[in-house]
Amino acid sequence: MSTTPGEAPARRRPDDHETGVGVPRLLWVPAGLAFALIALPVLGLALKADWPRLPEQLVSAAALDALRLSLLTASISTVLCIVFGGPLAVVLARGRLRGLRLLRSVVLLPLVLPPVVGGLALLYLLGRTGLVGRGLDVAFGVTIPFTTAAVVLAQTFVALPFLVVSLEGALRTAGRRYEAVAATLGASPALAFRRVTVPLVLPGLASGAVLAFARCLGEFGATVAFAGSLQGTTQTLPLLVYQLRETDVEAAVALSLLLVVVAVAVIAVAAPRTTADGRL
Amino acid sequence: MRTRLPVAAAAAGLVLLAGCGGTPSGTDARAPGTPEQRTLTVFAAASLTESFGEIEKQFETDNPGVDVVPSYGGSSDLAQQIVNGAPADVFASASDATMTTVTDAGLADGAPAVFATNVLVIATAAGNPKGITSFADLAKPDLKVVVCAPQVPCGAAARKVETATGVDIKPVSEETDVKNVLGKVTTGNADAGLVYVTDVASAGSAVEGVTFPEAAKATTAYPIAVIRNAPQAELARSFVSAVTGEQGQKVLQAAGFGTP
Repeated sequence: MSTTPGEAPARRRPDDHETGVGVPRLLWVPAGLAFALIALPVLGLALKADWPRLPEQLVSAAALDALRLSLLTASISTVLCIVFGGPLAVVLARGRLRGLRLLRSVVLLPLVLPPVVGGLALLYLLGRTGLVGRGLDVAFGVTIPFTTAAVVLAQTFVALPFLVVSLEGALRTAGRRYEAVAATLGASPALAFRRVTVPLVLPGLASGAVLAFARCLGEFGATVAFAGSLQGTTQTLPLLVYQLRETDVEAAVALSLLLVVVAVAVIAVAAPRTTADGRL
Repeated sequence: MRTRLPVAAAAAGLVLLAGCGGTPSGTDARAPGTPEQRTLTVFAAASLTESFGEIEKQFETDNPGVDVVPSYGGSSDLAQQIVNGAPADVFASASDATMTTVTDAGLADGAPAVFATNVLVIATAAGNPKGITSFADLAKPDLKVVVCAPQVPCGAAARKVETATGVDIKPVSEETDVKNVLGKVTTGNADAGLVYVTDVASAGSAVEGVTFPEAAKATTAYPIAVIRNAPQAELARSFVSAVTGEQGQKVLQAAGFGTP
């Protein structure tokens, strides 16, 4: 992860094209197995689907509600990740605070924690009897669990590190040299940040946002523990799939395929930018 | 942008890490094997958690070397797992409908036997702070009510009572099994939940049960069956006998279950 700013990418690129050193044959087998592990289950899903009935399964009221709710909450959560996670990444990359390393470890927690644990943690903070939730209930009559806001909070919780890590990495690799030059030319820190730093890390921010959005769409554990499950309010697509798979397997498969399509779309949106610079 | 590869690699690595973090590591939970060590896998409805826990302990005492490994969950979920090849020896379900999923797939060894019945009750916080006295009270708009999803037996029973009484509950959440409903009430996040009378009994002083006469319209029966080609078929049959026998029945009735 720690590419030093001094390392020139131009040196590596011709190598990739001209060395002519092939991939050792032995690697093809595990590589193929790894690919099969990802691709074949999706194929299995597609084969299980009842294709002629697929359209009607996808336009059931519950499915449409869940799709709408999933897209809405994932979009709001991604915006929240950018608005709050962006500055957090800047602080982590550029701040000169004691204990910054500890702070970073805490920020990474949702990546490593099972989401359901995150959901429980949210419940005991913001639930009606939770540390903060009790105060909100008494003072304003506001309760968060079982609301769409709870879904957004759960998604933002699990997706924040994706944005922060991507952006922080971009900030570190970009280095401070251009900002320093801007400063010598008379730019204030705010102007240098806006005109130099932000454009420089925009691709990192974009890929982080796409990752965060994808993570929000797939969120299940934290949502079910913190927000509950109700059609139109808190039942996102993954929750509906989980519920349907018990009784209406075909509908669950149809909705799973819908999620696959959305996932492919997300990758398609993200991919052109990664190939444009010839790196992935 | 030269930042791309390391960042993407780091993110991908972290995704992998997160995925691994969620993997359960409990495959080696059983005791180290002496030759006569046998493991009996029992799939049971979530509402049976406490009573089967007790029956299981008794069964292990009576059958040295036997380790009963229970898996509790929503009955329809468990039925689906069995249909998909889960290695269960015994299935104890909270409704005929979910048991039918298993029998229809030809996976039950013999006819299922009903070993208990259960009725719905309204679970409220201790002391019933919202003053709920009837099923119709659950339709009050200022109450946060949690029920089971209609796909699970407790949800199907709740639906039945709603239809029979014409009371239209607007729940704040539809949970995947009855223990999740109870949890929302015990943690104080919901004002009331529709659970089984046995769940309230097992929750102790944390919740209070409000019975309602309409519950009799939706009594659920609990069938139990040995799974076809069970790895421990003989042991499974003796476990079923333990449940339907005198001792098991005593445990179940103490927990609040009705006799079949």
